[in-house]
Amino acid sequence: MHMADALISPLVGGVMWAASAGITVYSASKLKAGGDDRIVPLMGVLGAFIFAAQMINFSIPGTGSSGHLGGGMLLSILLGPYAAFLTLASVLTVQALFFADGGLLALGCNIFNLAFFPCFIAYPLIYRPIAGTQAAGKRVVAASLVAAIVGLQLGAASVVLQTWFSGISDLPFATFLLLMLPIHLAIGIVEGLLTAAVVSFVGRARPEVLAVAASGRQRPPHGGGRLLAGLLLLTALTGGLLSWFASPQHDGLEWAIFHSTGKEALPTPVSEAHSLAAALQERTALLPDYGFRQAAESGDATAAGEVAGTVGEIEKAWPDVNAGTSFSGLIGATISLLLAGLLGFVLLRLRQRP
Amino acid sequence: MTRIDASSSHLSYLDSLAYRDSPIHRLDPRVKLITTLLFIVCVVSFAKYEVSALLPFAIYPLILLALARLPPGYILRHLLLAVPFALCIGLFNPLFDRATLLHVGSIGISGGWISFASIMLRFALTVSAALILVASTGFDSLCLALARLGVPRPFVVQLLLLYRYLFVLVDEAMRLSRARAQRSFGRRGMELSVVASLLAQLLLRTLDRAQRIYLAMQCRGFDGEVRLLRPLRIGGRDVAFLTGWTAVLLGLRFLDPAPALGHAFGELLPW
Repeated sequence: MHMADALISPLVGGVMWAASAGITVYSASKLKAGGDDRIVPLMGVLGAFIFAAQMINFSIPGTGSSGHLGGGMLLSILLGPYAAFLTLASVLTVQALFFADGGLLALGCNIFNLAFFPCFIAYPLIYRPIAGTQAAGKRVVAASLVAAIVGLQLGAASVVLQTWFSGISDLPFATFLLLMLPIHLAIGIVEGLLTAAVVSFVGRARPEVLAVAASGRQRPPHGGGRLLAGLLLLTALTGGLLSWFASPQHDGLEWAIFHSTGKEALPTPVSEAHSLAAALQERTALLPDYGFRQAAESGDATAAGEVAGTVGEIEKAWPDVNAGTSFSGLIGATISLLLAGLLGFVLLRLRQRP
Repeated sequence: MTRIDASSSHLSYLDSLAYRDSPIHRLDPRVKLITTLLFIVCVVSFAKYEVSALLPFAIYPLILLALARLPPGYILRHLLLAVPFALCIGLFNPLFDRATLLHVGSIGISGGWISFASIMLRFALTVSAALILVASTGFDSLCLALARLGVPRPFVVQLLLLYRYLFVLVDEAMRLSRARAQRSFGRRGMELSVVASLLAQLLLRTLDRAQRIYLAMQCRGFDGEVRLLRPLRIGGRDVAFLTGWTAVLLGLRFLDPAPALGHAFGELLPW
């Protein structure tokens, strides 16, 4: 399940982009240091393989629905964590660009949810200890199953956290979590069984393939890697917390910006006559408090109303809708949309003429 | 047509769009990438109940669509294919947020429906912008732009190789899956165990292919580094495109012209 641009705030998207970019740079440098150039075409072709494999469906017994391979755990087993991470990240990038699975801003979230957890948590901490260096057998089945389930559960929980911190969806945290975890438990079981079946098949048919991967062409991260993982998790969490403070009580973020830039915060303009420069500087804050500022400007917070749900509680101060302004806003927006459409149409006609 | 056939034809069609020629196609890929990212950040940065300020942003995909001469129907169809996740999560908003925020005549519209509309708008805008970027630039140029913008080289090489072999392996998977479908009746032959051996076969063929590719690359002097030689130049048109759209997008983001336009329109009407 891919996170979508429409559901995240720029801060959450930005923090997850930073985290994923950091892990990408780290993995790339590890790979370079490994110095084995056989891995270059192998990664490329295996990425394409994951893509192709995801298009082969199978029926899930007893449900009437069909599923397909995710591939995170399989790649980790075949390539080791660093190469697997880069390969999965490239698959997700192509999916975002060509199939609009997720989006460009949400790409950081998706790479983190679907590549970081299987490669850097589930594989080194769960699969390796259980499976050891075996290429087939019961231990491989157990290890794939547990690792796939844990990886997907972490990813699903992370989707919920990102959605919640973004504050665009009204789904209460607990409800969303209770919705996502069981679904991904089922997906994880199927993914684990499929991974185990493929690994066992390859292990029986061509044991040397897995032996090469397991013999530590790239070892799973030791102390340094875990430290990095911890740091990244911390970054993600603090980023998330920051955005949580930022959205309901806008001064949380403003406070951070004030302290990091050292600029005196401007008094909130009351009239619309304030200069453009001041407005731009004020609003370089970019972030979700725009709606809040509108409320301050129009001086009308009565429409705030009761918003149901746990997430809604936090956002009580948000909704600013003065029926008059929003109605003319809607009309204006529709007109501008029509104008844009007309412009596009005219351009199209003009280009087709010659 | 099965899912895999559909995906495959979609891929090659989107790829073929990038070979067309238009003023947009001719722009530097870096400029297009940065403008698209700016567009997405602007759209996503609005508060959750914003609808009216989002609509004017449609000007960007619409104008690019026209200038790049891309088929609008195709982009639209693709939007519909990608909609499920945002739709599923978005539909919970009207359930949980029932406070009335807006009255149109005597009908009250709850905050949930407004934020749902906002989510759907964000979705349509961000996805169409990304699709237009790919359709008017092409994947290779995009990778080149990424490399020039400082993305780690192994990752760019990975993207290029993945893309190169995507079509080959999708074709191979398509043959396997068609062969299976012809030997299966109804849902028989679609079980997990069958698929697992199918995938394992595909994997073994893939590994063999990787070995052949590696040997071929070795023969041609591959030393772990893939060199990208195509020059990229930013000219006057590119600068104009970037500054123009940056001004328009930031203007739409921070000045919100919609209410003023609405007021002006209201004054024109007799009531």
